Amino acid sequence: MAHIVTNKCQRCRFTHCVEVCPVACFHGDEERLYIDADTCIDCSACIEVCPVRAIYDQYDMPEEYQTCIAINSKALDFPVIDTKHEPLPTAMERKKELGY
Amino acid sequence: MSDSLNHKDKLTIAVVGSGPSGFYATEALLKNFPNTSVNIIEKLPVPFGLVRFGVAPDHPKLKQVIMVYNRIAENPNVNFFGNVELDKDITIEELQRTHHAVILCYGARSDRDLNIPGTSLKGYHSAREFVAWYNGDPEAQHHKFDFSHKNAVIIGQGNVAADVCRILTKSVDELKKTDITTQAIEQLSESKIRNIHIIGRRGPAQAKFSSKEIRELGELSNCSNFIEQQSYVIDDIDKNQLSAPAFADIAKCVSIFKDFGYKKDSKKQHSIEYKFLLSPIKICGDSKIESITFMRNRLTDNRKAEPTGDTITIDCGLCFSSIGYRGQAINNIPFDDVKGTIINDKGRVINKQGTVITGLYTSGWIKRGPSGIIGTNRADSVETIETLVKDIETLKQKTIEENAFINILKAKKCRYISYEDWKKIDDIEIKNGSIIGKSREKITDIDKMLSIANK
Repeated sequence: MAHIVTNKCQRCRFTHCVEVCPVACFHGDEERLYIDADTCIDCSACIEVCPVRAIYDQYDMPEEYQTCIAINSKALDFPVIDTKHEPLPTAMERKKELGY
Repeated sequence: MSDSLNHKDKLTIAVVGSGPSGFYATEALLKNFPNTSVNIIEKLPVPFGLVRFGVAPDHPKLKQVIMVYNRIAENPNVNFFGNVELDKDITIEELQRTHHAVILCYGARSDRDLNIPGTSLKGYHSAREFVAWYNGDPEAQHHKFDFSHKNAVIIGQGNVAADVCRILTKSVDELKKTDITTQAIEQLSESKIRNIHIIGRRGPAQAKFSSKEIRELGELSNCSNFIEQQSYVIDDIDKNQLSAPAFADIAKCVSIFKDFGYKKDSKKQHSIEYKFLLSPIKICGDSKIESITFMRNRLTDNRKAEPTGDTITIDCGLCFSSIGYRGQAINNIPFDDVKGTIINDKGRVINKQGTVITGLYTSGWIKRGPSGIIGTNRADSVETIETLVKDIETLKQKTIEENAFINILKAKKCRYISYEDWKKIDDIEIKNGSIIGKSREKITDIDKMLSIANK
């Protein structure tokens, strides 16, 4: 069990999460972030700082995001992101779309 | 590039405290100024603060964060000075004189007061003292807990209260492989405590637990969780709030409370009863606690607790108040007595008039108060170091003699503990644990720690 970044991160990539991650387990590409499950210590610090609640504890992740587990398993293909970045230009629009 | 390496530009910075905020401040400093020399000063001979002495022994995954701290400490520009206490072994003025900047990250090692009669009775403790005791904090080993009565009361409904509940209800078998001290296991194995009352001042929708901690309590193998029907009130204002995204986790807690139900399962050996809307008004007993009287509250529209006039008394022989840690002031540092924090603006220490004290910063619980989890301190330390970066030209003006700090410690014959020394203690603890099937057996005696370091 680990934490999972769902597809809600796509077109947002706010990166509030990376700053509170105590173990630098976030990786990222141009589109979104991924959690390296082997590094994540399940502390949940990232969950509530995400403006669109894109991150779930696998334990109570809604069924519709199950495919995101496989997507997160590619985390190590991308560099570690451990400092806050500017969100994607589409972030505010996407946030609204997601109902936050 | 060679210019930036000359001695004048090389900063020497002191970080006071080696818990999460101290390590993350060090990490952020080195990210911004890779040539900075950081002296981490720790009161105890051993590092990691509340990761070692606060995180529950049955949450080993959280402690893996120590690997990150080891990586930070292994940077050749980082020096650990354990067994060096501020105001005792070294003064803040001496630190300021020997460093370009001092970052105070010494956390909260005291308790918020309950402020009711009876807190001097035997059997009354803060949850912090109990947590520090079972986690092997050398400064908490003198506490004596009386587990002979079947009822215990925990005042406060946050994650520390949940940790205390688990430790009081788990069996020896469930704890024996963790790094809880053997002394704690031995005493807990004799415990007669069966019923725990966990008390909140406000309603279920205002409890401070995380849903994860409540879920874990619900999963305890030999423990019945139930709620007091009378005080389980969710009104329309609560319902409205709980539907907002920001309250998602609290809504989860409330739904777990509902699942617990009102009935105790008496087939289970232990029980945890959640009581809400109660404020303690008096702890009663002759020399030791016999009962606690509470005022029943109701909530105002803006969710404040107000007394109804009805009271309830609960018999118990042990009480833990778990209403929050509190930071302590140090000599000559501006302090907010209400919040128990160092007065600061985004990490820059300022006096009561708002004037900046040059070169003095703060991070972690002593900066913002005792809230948040390990990772919260990383963002907090990033903020403090961003502030320090803005001041860098001023800080650089100061001339510091090389080795000035270490020379003071040597002149005072202070036996400081290096990270290599700590590693010797660490090795012995792991070895001593493995002999008896535990992840670690902590050494709880400072002299013993020092004698291992001296070998």
